[in-house]
Amino acid sequence: MSADYTLADLERWNDEILALVERFGLDPFSQEFEICDHDDMLSYMVYSGMPSHYPHWSYGKNFEKLKTLYEYGVSGLPYEMVINSNPSIAYLMRDNSLALQILTIAHVYGHNDFFKNNFTFRPTRAEFTIETFKTHANRVRHYVEDPSIGLERVEALLDAAHALSLQCRRNLAIKKPTPSEERAMKMAESEPPADPFSAIHRRAEHTEPDLNKVPLYPEEDLLLFIRDHNPRLAEWEKDLLTIVHKQAQYFVPQIETKIMNEGWASFWHKRIVEALELPQGLHMEFIIRHTQVLRPSPGSLNPYHVGMKVWEDIEKRWDNPTAEEVAEFGPRRKSGRDKLFEVREVERDASFLRRYLTEELIRELNLFEYKSRGNDQVVSRVADEDNWRQIKETLIQNVGTATIPVIKVEDSGYLNNRTLLLKHAHDGRDLQLEYAEKTLKYVQQLWGRDVVMETVVDEHKTLLSFSDGKFAVKKAA
Amino acid sequence: MSTIFRPYNPSSGQRSDRSAGDRLRHRQKVREAIRDNIADIIAEESIIGKDRNRIIKVPIRGVKEYRFIYGENAPGVGEGGDGEPKPGDVVGQGKDGKSGQQAGDRPGIDYYETDVSLDELVDLMFEDLELPDIERKRLRQIEIERLFRQKGFRRKGIRVRLDKKRTARSRVKRKKATLKQQPPGTPPARRFPFHQDDLRYHHTVTDTRNESNAVVLCIMDTSGSMDTMKKYLARSFFFLLYQFLCTRYQNVEIVFIAHHTEAREVSEEEFFHKGESGGTFISSGYNKALEIIEERYHPALWNVYVFHCSDGDNFESDNEAALKAAQELTRTANLFGYGEIKPLGAGYYGSSMITFFSQIRETNFQTVQIQKKEDIWASFKTFLSKDRAREDAA
Repeated sequence: MSADYTLADLERWNDEILALVERFGLDPFSQEFEICDHDDMLSYMVYSGMPSHYPHWSYGKNFEKLKTLYEYGVSGLPYEMVINSNPSIAYLMRDNSLALQILTIAHVYGHNDFFKNNFTFRPTRAEFTIETFKTHANRVRHYVEDPSIGLERVEALLDAAHALSLQCRRNLAIKKPTPSEERAMKMAESEPPADPFSAIHRRAEHTEPDLNKVPLYPEEDLLLFIRDHNPRLAEWEKDLLTIVHKQAQYFVPQIETKIMNEGWASFWHKRIVEALELPQGLHMEFIIRHTQVLRPSPGSLNPYHVGMKVWEDIEKRWDNPTAEEVAEFGPRRKSGRDKLFEVREVERDASFLRRYLTEELIRELNLFEYKSRGNDQVVSRVADEDNWRQIKETLIQNVGTATIPVIKVEDSGYLNNRTLLLKHAHDGRDLQLEYAEKTLKYVQQLWGRDVVMETVVDEHKTLLSFSDGKFAVKKAA
Repeated sequence: MSTIFRPYNPSSGQRSDRSAGDRLRHRQKVREAIRDNIADIIAEESIIGKDRNRIIKVPIRGVKEYRFIYGENAPGVGEGGDGEPKPGDVVGQGKDGKSGQQAGDRPGIDYYETDVSLDELVDLMFEDLELPDIERKRLRQIEIERLFRQKGFRRKGIRVRLDKKRTARSRVKRKKATLKQQPPGTPPARRFPFHQDDLRYHHTVTDTRNESNAVVLCIMDTSGSMDTMKKYLARSFFFLLYQFLCTRYQNVEIVFIAHHTEAREVSEEEFFHKGESGGTFISSGYNKALEIIEERYHPALWNVYVFHCSDGDNFESDNEAALKAAQELTRTANLFGYGEIKPLGAGYYGSSMITFFSQIRETNFQTVQIQKKEDIWASFKTFLSKDRAREDAA
């Protein structure tokens, strides 16, 4: 080993870090660290850190891209990679120095604690993660090797499924109603609202709800809907759709909490390493590395930096509220520490920023909004009195799953010929049309019939359709 | 809770190059994508006269991963750092810009290009093209050497030619024979190792193969009316043809003829790089071609392919002579292709030789009009697939 440490060193420092983790009240899963080299790290990055993952060419593409960027020095490799499983698995780069390993180990415990305690991760069943990905891999390989199916067909289906995998429910803490519950809801809705003056009013007409419509309520899980309602799909095709859907769902919480999670880990690695009282040489290097990671990257958004700033701000405001805050909210009932742990459990990026990113913080971070003009991205708003709210709104639109357009299945019997009607919930942001075209083609491929999507283009209601192998854009009346 | 450290295992990296299969599949898809876009690549890149090892950037369209994503009118948020951003400042370029892209999970526009050498590109392009009817004439055939045909087996040889199966078989034979020799009741030997005599090697001989003779005559109009654009188109066409012949046929002879009012045989270098001026007598080029065929490539012995590129702006009085020579050429050659370069809006109807040549009825005469860069690949394919199309129809 060329590094300046031995495994025993790491274990010794780990024991000290663990003692601090407990003292600070963090509550992580058991942890496994694996020392790997840069090639392993590249592979883990490509396959989301999973020791076993099904094959698909897109991972090969990603690998080549990362490797090229790494070899040309455009981007470095992460110091660590942690996966949300129980026990949590983290990979440490062999060639990092001891100071960096100490920082990383402390950082990993931050992520691990977040995985275990944040509400968005609860439905992910961390104890089965590794096995689930492995069985998925085995099933996909089995289909590839099956002579009656083969690589080409599996690949074509995976291409299409990958394109739609993130068109799924975003908040998994909300229970999905079962079909019978949906019917009951529909029936209840059709009842006229209770009227205290029913004695003098004419009885409202009762309209029979159309219970034959599929879906009864707009459906967000595109892959599952297609799986359940396209009778021509073979069992293996349905299985592949399920696999892709499940894996995407596993990553939704991580997309939803990127800023919180990175900020939380950075916040705690700083606390922990500072409390370790490292020898001077190590501590110097720690400060340098820490500053590199937490450096605001002008022009873009560093989730580590923004996240940690907000966490620090929460602690400060709850420990030492200003006179105005006390006047507005009354005296704090929680200490800063307790508040931190509460927030870590019950928020995700969108709500976290909405509640705790204050005007002062926006100014301090010097946030600005930019828009595209021609080929340039141009600053449109800066953090002043008039604009900070709008900047915050834009930021919230750019975190978590808000970066993915919301598209729901409206009707599967549109035009009375099993055309699939999708509806894009337009929020001011248009779809990228070339991508919409190609993705719609994938929907059509999976659905097997024509597909129509309602969206808004340049402030006009527009129907994008894919029928008879042709894509068409039509302004709606 | 507890913590485990697993030490670095150097073999694990070497053992499991787990992305190898996916990378291979990705590269195959890139190749397919390039092949599907060849017409565009040829139109976009000026590949004429370029070194075969030159690297060209090829945009890939087939291997993107599409999703529903937001388009241009979606605003983003960035950190100003210590700077003072002002409304109107440019902070980045496009969606795939480096500095302006926010670091969130929004998938960037999947813009993608790859490097291929011209050599590789040429191989890809011509993968399924062939000179029509190359094998038709077999009267005199030139011998070419193809090395290393396998022929029998030897007991001596070099290691790489060791035939493992036969070696193993001869060991088994020897073992059986030895067992027979032994008096009954001898305990069987624990090992029966290979012996020098067991080894068998492939024997290879140099082989000769007969290939039919073929000659391609490239005739290009270099008169004054062929402006830069037209010459560029004509040269692009011949360049493709030349590259194609070089990759596919080792023994095809190529003759370059440049003509204005007079024709002469020129070198490859001159043909692709030199400009001339003057009027146009198309017949001069054809007669020169006929002359060369007469002298060196008798049609009874050679497959003759003639391609001519011109802007069709022939000197009026030469038309009859040109027609006559063209008819003569169609009778002589296996295939006579005439490509007329008419950039959009540049030509006028009257001077098109295509209309004039329509009097030629022979099936091995082929005309095509090239209007813009994008047509080159299409016309190229038309020429080379002519015969096959007819065979398919028959």
